[in-house]
Amino acid sequence: MSVNVPKIMLIDLTNETIEVLERGDLVSYLGGVSMGVQLLKEYGHPKENAFSPEQPIIFTRGPLNTIFPVVTKTCAIFKSPLTEELGESYAGLRLSMAMGMAGLMGIVIKGKANKPVVLNISNDTMKIKDANALWGLNTDEATRLLHDDTGRRGLRSIMVIGESGEKLIRYSCVTVDSYRHFGRLGLGAVLGSKMVKGIVIEGDIGASISNPRDYQKVYEEIYQKVNETELMEKYHGIGTSININALNDLKALPTHNFQQNHFDMANEISGEHFAENHLVKKIACSGCTIGCIHIALLRQKFGDSHEYHSSTVAYDHELIFALGTMLGIGNAQEVLMLIEEVEMIGYDVMSVGVLMSWLTEAYEKKIITSNETICSPEFGNAFVYREILRNIVQQPNEFYKLAGLGTDALAKKYGGRDFAMVLGKNEVAGYHTGYGNLMGQTVGARHSHLDNAGYSFDQGGEVTKEELVDKLIQEETDRNLLNSLVICLFARKIYDYETVVKALNTIGYEVTEEELRVLAKKTFIEKIKLKEEMGFSYEELTFPKRFFEVEGGGKKLNLEDAQELLNLYIKKIDELR
Amino acid sequence: MTNPKTEQKPILKVKKLGQCIGCYSCMIACASIVHRNFALTKSAISVKTSGGYQGRMVVNICRGCVKPSCEAQCETGALVSRDGGGIRFYPKKCTGCKKCIEVCMARAIKFDQETNKIIACIQCGKCVERCPHDVIEMEVR
Repeated sequence: MSVNVPKIMLIDLTNETIEVLERGDLVSYLGGVSMGVQLLKEYGHPKENAFSPEQPIIFTRGPLNTIFPVVTKTCAIFKSPLTEELGESYAGLRLSMAMGMAGLMGIVIKGKANKPVVLNISNDTMKIKDANALWGLNTDEATRLLHDDTGRRGLRSIMVIGESGEKLIRYSCVTVDSYRHFGRLGLGAVLGSKMVKGIVIEGDIGASISNPRDYQKVYEEIYQKVNETELMEKYHGIGTSININALNDLKALPTHNFQQNHFDMANEISGEHFAENHLVKKIACSGCTIGCIHIALLRQKFGDSHEYHSSTVAYDHELIFALGTMLGIGNAQEVLMLIEEVEMIGYDVMSVGVLMSWLTEAYEKKIITSNETICSPEFGNAFVYREILRNIVQQPNEFYKLAGLGTDALAKKYGGRDFAMVLGKNEVAGYHTGYGNLMGQTVGARHSHLDNAGYSFDQGGEVTKEELVDKLIQEETDRNLLNSLVICLFARKIYDYETVVKALNTIGYEVTEEELRVLAKKTFIEKIKLKEEMGFSYEELTFPKRFFEVEGGGKKLNLEDAQELLNLYIKKIDELR
Repeated sequence: MTNPKTEQKPILKVKKLGQCIGCYSCMIACASIVHRNFALTKSAISVKTSGGYQGRMVVNICRGCVKPSCEAQCETGALVSRDGGGIRFYPKKCTGCKKCIEVCMARAIKFDQETNKIIACIQCGKCVERCPHDVIEMEVR
């Protein structure tokens, strides 16, 4: 049984050309992050600016996508304009399915269009469409117009950027099929710098099954584990927002820009509250039976005579943290209103929420004044935050222009770095659980809580510094395998190494567990090397003092221990190379 | 006395459309089990959104007509009505004329560009077994 040779579509926007390359040499990299890293090594320019036209955007899927349950993600690799180092982000819904239908394992986009464009990929062809009429439109309208275009409904994927990406706001996201995103590290701005407003992908390439009996057997086994066990119930039921109350109880829920570790109004914006009062439906990525995408109804009054308009908005833990607890908003409808605003403009919700909470505290401490902010930011006032969200993209003054570069850039100029909640220049996620969380985001390849789930090690038993560092390295290494296949991380307990080997074997990949472990480690190390070529150095990492001023998960953290952990991590990485 | 209904074969029905989450498990089942292909274009059942993800999920299936219009249009005997509703499909007899596709108001018949023949539901119920939310069922008419 042979493996299909991975096809990579290489798009050159400057010259308006495409090539579809058959890259048999990349088979052993499987797909996702491992393949993406190889392509970045080949096409990237580590020392050049993230917006340099020749910088590539790389999308990769994996061989198990859609055909095995919950293998639903697509990996994006690029140079991040927010951190000017490695950009890595993941999105779900229909994208990996649509790439598979087009027969593509990867897409590399380089160059720059000379006008706004939409790329329409169908099998191994691509049309560049003039998108002047879409430039300036919000993500919802842009998606709707592309959806109304002809094509294979239900089997297409539609990616767009909002005004934020067009304006090169460094933490702009790419919206995928309305409700999912390449959220972190500014992929939307990189697409904007290339003048690409949207990408539609579809296809109808057949792929016959060479070993149907074994395939169906393994599919059924995994399907049973997903649907008949409790392994994924958390994501199906209340969803990730179950963390709001859980972290609040642990005193690990960042509130008012980490000035508190719990929120008095957590109950009003908890996952339980949303589920009981605002949830209208759940939807799923193609090939996932869980349906973790929780969608709530936002109902807003616009006139005295019972005049309402309504819309549907997806919510999760990180969104409620970034636009709820961090901003002191304890009203679920107001949180939804802010989520919708962020969605329409096309920001990364975590980055913009953390930035606005820094802005509020800086204003309270008189580091900045209304000369800068124009309005009067105030924790708990959702309507003023809606104004700020609009100001960031409209950039009415120098302050807001700088705000488009991120929290780190603002704090460097105005001060307040002690409470600028960034690690490795990336705005932090919604946990203050202890050293695992702090170190995990500090040393993680993309400075994301999902790199190594450091926060989870704070919630187990006591561990020594050495054990914690080992766990962080092991978890991040293992996740590089999951991300090469591009399995949803929510299914990490389903797809252990043994299951992954079995699934791959049924479709012709003759791999062993040991080979997968080698690939995971190789990718882990290569990402660090790529980051270093881009200018990253572990030695230059710093921690905002706020982490040590407020207890996290019932523990007081201190800078000396954090520094010791970082030094130990650096030593272990040196040994691994 | 036997109930004539129980003697009929069941047909596929969309019972609880509002419960569909768009997981595509039914399409994966049809494509991979019935048509032995990973491509979802090979699936006779189609889940899609009406009005994008902001809208609602819809499921296009063969509605199991008692007097199928597709059969009436088929000049080669590739489509033959079956007890209880719907059709039996004989691929070898299909010439790919597409007349059945044009006449099906339920939009349930597709065309396979690779084989130059239609893709039609054979009422096997494999999709029902894989639906995690009881959206579709096999039931006698």
